[in-house]
Amino acid sequence: MRRQDMRSPLARAMGLGSARKGVGHWWAQRISAVALVPLTLWFVAEIIVHLGSDYGAFTAWMKSPTVALLMILLLVALFHHTALGLQVVIEDYVHSSAKFAGVLVAHLGCCALAVAGILATLKIAFGR
Amino acid sequence: MSGAMEADRPTPCLPGERPRPVSPNIQNYRPQLTSVLSILNRVTGLLLSVCAVMLVVWLVAGAAGPQAYAAVQGAISSWIGRIVLFGATLAFFFHLCGGIRHLVWDSVHGFELRSIYISGWAVVAATLALTAAAWIAGGIMGR
Repeated sequence: MRRQDMRSPLARAMGLGSARKGVGHWWAQRISAVALVPLTLWFVAEIIVHLGSDYGAFTAWMKSPTVALLMILLLVALFHHTALGLQVVIEDYVHSSAKFAGVLVAHLGCCALAVAGILATLKIAFGR
Repeated sequence: MSGAMEADRPTPCLPGERPRPVSPNIQNYRPQLTSVLSILNRVTGLLLSVCAVMLVVWLVAGAAGPQAYAAVQGAISSWIGRIVLFGATLAFFFHLCGGIRHLVWDSVHGFELRSIYISGWAVVAATLALTAAAWIAGGIMGR
């Protein structure tokens, strides 16, 4: 750390509020990871089973309530996990003012992508 | 060389104060299974972020209609698409196995050096086996 100040390491840590949000982030990363193990394996297995199927077969597959439900759960867990992971990577390597912007873009981008994926899933599931 | 040393100089300190210890940069260390797997877990995580975007593109194309869906399917079926998909499969199974290894560590198990190497090689073997199994299954199903 290049910027030195007069405070003790304890005071600096308490001022930053460490051990408040860090555990929540760590725990959310683990919960989403545990959720992603069955969800991603289900997705990969489904893709393999449906290889070479046409558009009609694809929409018919997505119209199954189980498939739509698991797809939405996958999108939620995947983009939550991605946002948390990208935040850690940005915080590790970006030390300029771009850090805040990077974390913001990662979180908002993941949120937007998750919502777009969920909307697309619902449109296919409930479409004619 | 002196330029590199200059860049690695520790934080400036007051006269008479000992310089703060700094750890060397990553390239000063010999690569080991432990460090390589740790780096790969992060790299595959970043690659899978890109794959997550592609998943949404695929779903949105499906919602947009048959033409958009056919265009995306065509891109995936191309040679470049297949190579990207193979890399994505490899990255996915590596991050999955590496992630499970981390979850085991989180439960305070497997911290002995021997266990760390056994689980590390298990991740490598499982990644290759699962990727191969997925593509062999895909080859049979896609026929």
